[in-house]
Amino acid sequence: MAEHPQKVRPLSPHLTIYRWPVTMATSITHRMTGVALAGGMLLVAWWLIAVSYGPETFNFFNSMLATPIGQVVLFGFAWALAYHLVNGIRHLAWDFGYGFALPTANKTGVLVFVLSLLLAGGFFALAYLGKGGYYQ
Amino acid sequence: MSLETPLHKVGGLGSAHSGVGHFMRQRITAIALIPLTVWFAVSALGLIGAKEVSELIFLSNPLNAVLLGTFILISLYHLAMGLREVVVDYVPHEGFKLFLMLLNYGFAIAVAAACLFALARISIV
Repeated sequence: MAEHPQKVRPLSPHLTIYRWPVTMATSITHRMTGVALAGGMLLVAWWLIAVSYGPETFNFFNSMLATPIGQVVLFGFAWALAYHLVNGIRHLAWDFGYGFALPTANKTGVLVFVLSLLLAGGFFALAYLGKGGYYQ
Repeated sequence: MSLETPLHKVGGLGSAHSGVGHFMRQRITAIALIPLTVWFAVSALGLIGAKEVSELIFLSNPLNAVLLGTFILISLYHLAMGLREVVVDYVPHEGFKLFLMLLNYGFAIAVAAACLFALARISIV
């Protein structure tokens, strides 16, 4: 081996070399939001445990969510859930054979990004405008 | 002793009907999670700014408790299947893969147990 110094072999094109098409971006974002939602489930668990433990734990949980970092985390959770929901429906449509043509897939891909941001943004807008809290 | 190859023995016997199990489970949980997620978002918005008492009343309602429990369990099942796929795709090392698989299922079971215990504590009083 040593007497034949390895020539640098050309590699076949991989992820880093391609211009990112919309479908590639939606695919990897679906995965990333899915993994991130594991953290979302931890948040749900923390919420339920806080409620079950009494006012002090509950108020601590609420005050943590009210901090700027808490609000960013919450928005991330809301957007990840919205994205995974909307793009999940797109995937289900594909499974049933609809929307597979590339121009259509590109259009629905952009739509998924826009719609998920509108859903998460709308949720926060309603909350900040005082339109939430109708169950108290 | 037969001289048939294993492949020849099973040839023509048809499918074992388990090959698409993971695929189907992932799709069925996904479909179930569409209405449950919408319900969860509407409920979360409705509870924004609520005092603990209002949340206790909301979660004590059997319908809400069951819907939330269902949302959490199906989400965790769907999550465990998805994370498994990610691990299988990106982790080549067998030992580390096994570790992540155990972590994955352990996480889902622990979060499910914690959530159900908290829900039971809230609603069965």
